Amino acid sequence: MIPENLQDNAVIVALGNLAASAKSEFDELTIEVAAADILAVLRQLKGLGFEQLTTVTAVDRYPSEPRFEIVYHLHSFSKKQRLRIKARISGESPEIESACGVYGGANWYEREVFDFYGVIFLNHPDPRRIMMPDDWEGYPLRKDYPVTGTRY
Amino acid sequence: MAQGITTEPEVDEDFERRGKSHSGPRSMVLNMGPQHPSTHGVLRLLLELDGETILKAAPDVGYLHTGIEKEFEVKTYQQNVTLTDRIDYLAPLSNNLVYCLAAEKLLGLEIPPMAQWMRVMLAEFTRLNSHLVWLGTHAIDIGAMSVFLYCFREREDILRVFEMFSGQRMMTSYFRIGGLALEPPRGWQKRVKDFVDVFPSRIDQYEELLTNNRIWTGRTKGIGFLSLEKMLDLGVTGPMLRAAGFKADVRKDAPYSSYEKFDFDVPTRTENDVYARYLVRIEEMRQSAKIIKQALEGMPSGPYQADAPGIVLPDREKMKTQMESLIFHFKIVTEGFRVPEGEVFQVIESPRGEVGCYMVSDGTQKPYRVHWRGPSFGNLQSTPAMIEGTQIADVIAALGSMDFVLGDTDR
Repeated sequence: MIPENLQDNAVIVALGNLAASAKSEFDELTIEVAAADILAVLRQLKGLGFEQLTTVTAVDRYPSEPRFEIVYHLHSFSKKQRLRIKARISGESPEIESACGVYGGANWYEREVFDFYGVIFLNHPDPRRIMMPDDWEGYPLRKDYPVTGTRY
Repeated sequence: MAQGITTEPEVDEDFERRGKSHSGPRSMVLNMGPQHPSTHGVLRLLLELDGETILKAAPDVGYLHTGIEKEFEVKTYQQNVTLTDRIDYLAPLSNNLVYCLAAEKLLGLEIPPMAQWMRVMLAEFTRLNSHLVWLGTHAIDIGAMSVFLYCFREREDILRVFEMFSGQRMMTSYFRIGGLALEPPRGWQKRVKDFVDVFPSRIDQYEELLTNNRIWTGRTKGIGFLSLEKMLDLGVTGPMLRAAGFKADVRKDAPYSSYEKFDFDVPTRTENDVYARYLVRIEEMRQSAKIIKQALEGMPSGPYQADAPGIVLPDREKMKTQMESLIFHFKIVTEGFRVPEGEVFQVIESPRGEVGCYMVSDGTQKPYRVHWRGPSFGNLQSTPAMIEGTQIADVIAALGSMDFVLGDTDR
């Protein structure tokens, strides 16, 4: 659902039906899209002048479903504009297309999300853990992962 | 040198796990780090070499991972400020600043002008501090020993300034949500003035040692090229972008903490090599000194903390005389304060580039999620693209010019 004051926002108009909902808080624009559309959305935004993908991260909404929010922050240097794109995916099969084909810089950020949340990025060129050891069990930033203790 | 090398890194588990080369008997695999002095921390870099040419490079990070993002979720907002110091340990005040700005945005706090200016001044001191460590160690990596000693002489002065303000030399935690941790000490103006009066001449000294030095230019000119397009694609920010002729600085593009009131330039170069990055950072130091001087001369008077009872700790004197202040003090210390539900992404210009703090609040006293976008993480990602196809002797210069801090990369 797009609120009325954002109906004629240039980015939202350009995304058309791809933008499922949007909000603007603290002068920061957040657009929510369907997880299946993420590649199309990012491609279109890169064409619109968002040159850089600043970061990719996730938020765990455990125990509610869909469990994970994958959050992309884009930056357009030329327009001096930042944008937050959000896609929700379920906790049972956390999968989403990798953005590496559009923004090369997504590589390590997606590895980090995989490492900490166990989200699978389909077609990722290097789908390995990045911070934790390769044989680590569990995904440390999930809300059901304990903060202290020696074993998961 | 080999300009325009933009090979995509490919995954090769044999290569990265077992160091097995894949280009036949002519190549060998060199495991550089994690305890290599030029990696400034613990970065492991796997290099596949044909003679002295690098065929393939694979950085391996994570040795300094301390789970700071997890820890953010179990501490109160104000306690978390001390964690941010430890992320990028060469620029602790920049980290304090971005974290506090994010939380203040959620809280809707108005910070008094004096605290804002003081934040700008100390953030610029942090930039100087970080650039001095970078210059000293970068020069020592390449073989210029004495520059290190000169740089650390001035760094010592800066650490004394930090000590004077906060009582701490490195992990200062001087910026708090709502303003500053303590009232600025008596006589700080003299200490700062003594420093900015001599500092520009000290930069001249470093330049005399390096800028026209034949060994220095020979080791840095034309080395570490990476096309601007590739840099933007890989998420590189900060001085590296500016040395590629791209004028991008958050302080100018989206001013925070009253940076718009200061007069300074954003230096750029177009050569896009190690030498250009050196010149950009040297000029940045001059600009920082200029900002500090303006802050010193125009420092507004007034309170150093926002008027926000329930968030900012009450005055000691009031605590002894007013029941309400005592209760607020007890509440803040024991359970913290509630932050309204919402999410923000605050970005500032740290010495290394864009540092971003994505903060999600669920309305309780502890953040629901804090994601740290460290500039080193994005910058380091460009290593393979930058060094593949070049000579092994140039790796040290190229890595040094990125100015990464592994604490910032691994968090």
